[in-house]
Parts: sequence; C-alpha cells; structure tokens
Amino acid sequence: MIVGVNMSLIEVNGVEYNYNDDQNEPALSNVDLSIEAGDFVTIIGSNGSGKSTLAKLLNVLLLPTDGKIIVDGLDTRIEDNTWQIRQRVGMVFQNPDNQLVASIVEDDVAFGPENLGIPNLEIRARVDKALEMVGMAGFQKYAPHKLSGGQKQRVAIAGIIAMEPKCLVLDEPTAMLDPQGRKEVLETIKFLNEEKGITIVNITHFMEEVTSADKVFVMHQGKIIDAGKPVDIFKNIDKLKEINLDVPVAVEIAAYLRRKNIELPDILTIDELVNSLC
Amino acid sequence: MIELKNVTHVYQDENNVTALNDINLDIEHGEFIGLVGHTGSGKSTLVQLLNGLIKPTQGKVIVKDTVLTGKKVNLKDIRRSVGLVFQYPEHQLFEETIYADIAFGPKNLGLDKDEIEVRVKEALNLVNLDYEKFKDRSPFNLSGGQQRKIALAGVLALKPDVLILDEPSAGLDPQARDQLADLLRILHQEKNMTIILISHRMEEIAYLATRVIVMHQGEVVLDGTPAEVFSHEKQLHKLALDLPQITEILHQLRAKGYALNTDIFSIQAAADEILNALRSKKKC
Repeated sequence: MIVGVNMSLIEVNGVEYNYNDDQNEPALSNVDLSIEAGDFVTIIGSNGSGKSTLAKLLNVLLLPTDGKIIVDGLDTRIEDNTWQIRQRVGMVFQNPDNQLVASIVEDDVAFGPENLGIPNLEIRARVDKALEMVGMAGFQKYAPHKLSGGQKQRVAIAGIIAMEPKCLVLDEPTAMLDPQGRKEVLETIKFLNEEKGITIVNITHFMEEVTSADKVFVMHQGKIIDAGKPVDIFKNIDKLKEINLDVPVAVEIAAYLRRKNIELPDILTIDELVNSLC
Repeated sequence: MIELKNVTHVYQDENNVTALNDINLDIEHGEFIGLVGHTGSGKSTLVQLLNGLIKPTQGKVIVKDTVLTGKKVNLKDIRRSVGLVFQYPEHQLFEETIYADIAFGPKNLGLDKDEIEVRVKEALNLVNLDYEKFKDRSPFNLSGGQQRKIALAGVLALKPDVLILDEPSAGLDPQARDQLADLLRILHQEKNMTIILISHRMEEIAYLATRVIVMHQGEVVLDGTPAEVFSHEKQLHKLALDLPQITEILHQLRAKGYALNTDIFSIQAAADEILNALRSKKKC
C-alpha cells in the first residue's frame, strides 16, 4: 500500500499491550480499528477495559507489545516518527491541574509550539487563535489556578490546538468537571470537529457525550467488542449493562415501552423520546 | 444535630469573596441531606465549617451541642463525630499497607490496638473488601474504585455520627457507583448516620436523600424533599442545575398534556408511569 493514499488517519492493527507487572491478562489484546480523518469517535468501556492504554498508544506514550499503529502514514514503532506523530495527535488528560505548567495562560498555550521550534511571532498568532477557538479569548494574562475546571481544561485543549494537530485524543476530559464545565468542554470539542475539521477521539463515561459521536467503540477486558453508530450501540442495552456501562435514561425508557408494544423510532436523547411520544 | 445561626463567611484574601451569606440551617439526627449547587455556590465552605476546618466570619455553628465557634473548642472531638470525605479522597492515601492507612485515624484518637483492629475490620467489611485479602496490600496497587473504598473506610473507622461526602462518585463506573449508593444507604438506615452528600449527579441525590438543599451564591435557595425541590424546574434551570433525567422526561411529557405523576425517581417506575399515561390517553 502506498503510504498516505486510501489510508485512514489512524490504523490500529492486531495490537496487544502488556504492562510489565504481575497481571496475567494483557491490557489490550488483538485490537483492530481505524479512525477516519474528520470523524468524531467516542470510546466507552468500564474502568480497566483498556481505553487509556489505547489512547497512550495513539500518542506514542506507549509502544505496542505486538501489532502496529500507523498514524497519518507514520509507524509509531519507529523512533524517528515520535515527534511528528505527537504533533499530529495531541492528548488531553483527565485532570486539568496536572496539565497546566506556566503561570499565565498564554505561556501555557505557547509551551507546545515553542517546543516545536516555531518562530516567536507565529507562536503569538497561534496562541491567540487557539484561545479563541476554545472560547477563551481575552484570558491570555490570567493565572491558570484562578480559572474554573472547565476553563482550565479548555486552556489545556488550546495548548494542543496551538500545535495544529490533525487529531485530538481526550482521555476522560470531563470526568473531574462540574456539569457546566462538562458542557463547555463538550461544546468546544464539537466545534473543533465540525468547524475546524479536527478528528476527535473522546474517551468517556458520560453517555450524553456518546450520543453525538459519528462512531463508537466499546471496549471490554482489553478488546473492542462492539463498534458502530450510537443508535446501533445502544440497541444492545443488556450487553452494555453486563459489561458495567451506563445507558442513557431515554434509551432505557424507550426500550421498555417498545417491549410493551409502543411503536417508537430510534431514540438517543430526552428530546427525541418526548417528541416521539407527542 | 447540626445548627447554623446567621452564618456568614468571607474569605480573607484579595478578592474578599462572600462564600456564605447569613445562613440559617437545622439538620436533625438521621437526615440524609443532598447538598447541591453550582461550583462556587458555597457548598464546600459550608461543610468545612461543620468539621471545624474553617471558622465563619460571623454567626454560630453548633454540632451535637458543641458550639464550634465558641472558645476552647476541642476540635478533635468534632472531627471524631463529623467525618469528612473530600473529593478524590484516594489522593490522600499514604501508608504502606491498607491496614495502616485505615488505622491512622483511630490511632490518632488514642484507641488501643485491639479496638483499632476491630475498627479496621468493620470498616473494610462495610466497603465490601475482604480483610484478610487486603489488609497487608499496598493501597497504591489497587484500582481507583478500590482506592476510594479504602479512603472511605479510613473515615468510617472513626465511627462518625455525621458523614459528609464531597462528590464521592465522581469518576466511578456504574457498578462502583451503585455499590457506593448501597453503602450510603446502609450507613444511613442501619448505622443511623446523619449523611450530607454533595453531588452534581441529581439521579443520586433524588434516589438517596431525604432532604435536598440547593445553594446559590452563598445562600440556601431551595430546601425540601427531593420531590418538592425537583418540582421547581424553572428555578433549577435558571441556576444552571440539572434535573434528574427521569424528572426531566416526566416534566416535559406533562407539559405536553400527559396526566403524569412527576414525583418518581426510578427508571422502572417512571417507564410504567409513562406507559399508563400513554394507554389512558390518546396521543397528544
């Protein structure tokens, strides 16, 4: 195959990963998936299912024990590719406090591009643009510790955006935020996907973040056990519950009503449920 | 059990934020309080006052007949009777073994060795972890959910009369969340503890609490049973607070003309209520 042609942005082929500890079960086994450029992908799975391990492999924080990962035509196993891949695939983690390093917002956002060796004038332009994209324009001189959780997380995202990546991998970016912060971050990543064409891989426990994805991967015990559109994933409520995942309340109520012979279309959200009943 | 009289708290820093503004509150023994409000509404300041971690700028805080705001208060007694579980309490684990970590509090109370052992056993039992299997293990090699259980056990080993928990289910998966809810229910109903639960998860609040207190900008704006508080749909939305999803669905359907009881907080019961409404009335 010619690299870069007819290829997905991210290709994960037969990947296995073993942490070097006493665990017998590999953290990941036989994982195959591809992520297309421009997609909004959500990965769900209970604690310990391998989601975070997979995320770290995409960003070369870990290397596969077996199998391979190709990011934008670059093999993560080749050491010379590491920085190029990290420039293309940026990561955002759960705890915003652990990701902000500078004492004012603009320095923090500039940290990544500075490391890429980008000229000062361009860095300034990139920082301003990135802050605007995450809805934090005007906060350049603020101290990060004075910001709310949602604002901090958006600054962390701006720091990645300033490196102009093709893809953002977010590992439970809203887990430590209050509902307001969660909405802000979710709206931000939707905007980046829809308006700026950035590919999103969002790992989450919150089902309201799943319903808007183009594609969902369900992980369980280190394997991908289901993949598809949200409505198809949520057709199998019993299986999701069995592997310890939430199901949106509207989906669950709709399923119950269908069992009682009420005819309903596909339903993911509260609005869809209410509108189809009225 | 707990009484706040005209309590005001202003943080003494460059911003002088009034975190609590003239709060009056009575909490009876055996209540299960759901404390909700936006970040910055004053919830955390309030619970820190109850445990003597901070003193109010003005007003009186009384816990179990002890005036916390008086002179010569024995804070050790207060902290024994009011257990506070912070957000992400697993970040505060520090001992080499699980036994030592849970025993730390009881040891500081000056309890003897045998009593400490009894308490560690009881506490691990309550959080559903096997004593023999876990006591000598390092708390750091556990999953996040298990670590949180250990941190909680450390507070339970103090046998508090009042247990305060700040977002205890944040980041837990559904199974761990259900286990935590079961535990809180046992502590409340069988161990007779007074519980104050801070949570953004309205499902959890509606399901567990006997009384819901809503705070906004340092004041109590709603106070009542879950059914009462969650019937103030518009006000909650205005405060940017969610309703439980079930309540949201029931409210919206009622607004569209279905005859529904909206005072229902389990999915199964709500689904049945909707079904009955659908069958008794033609489509709207």
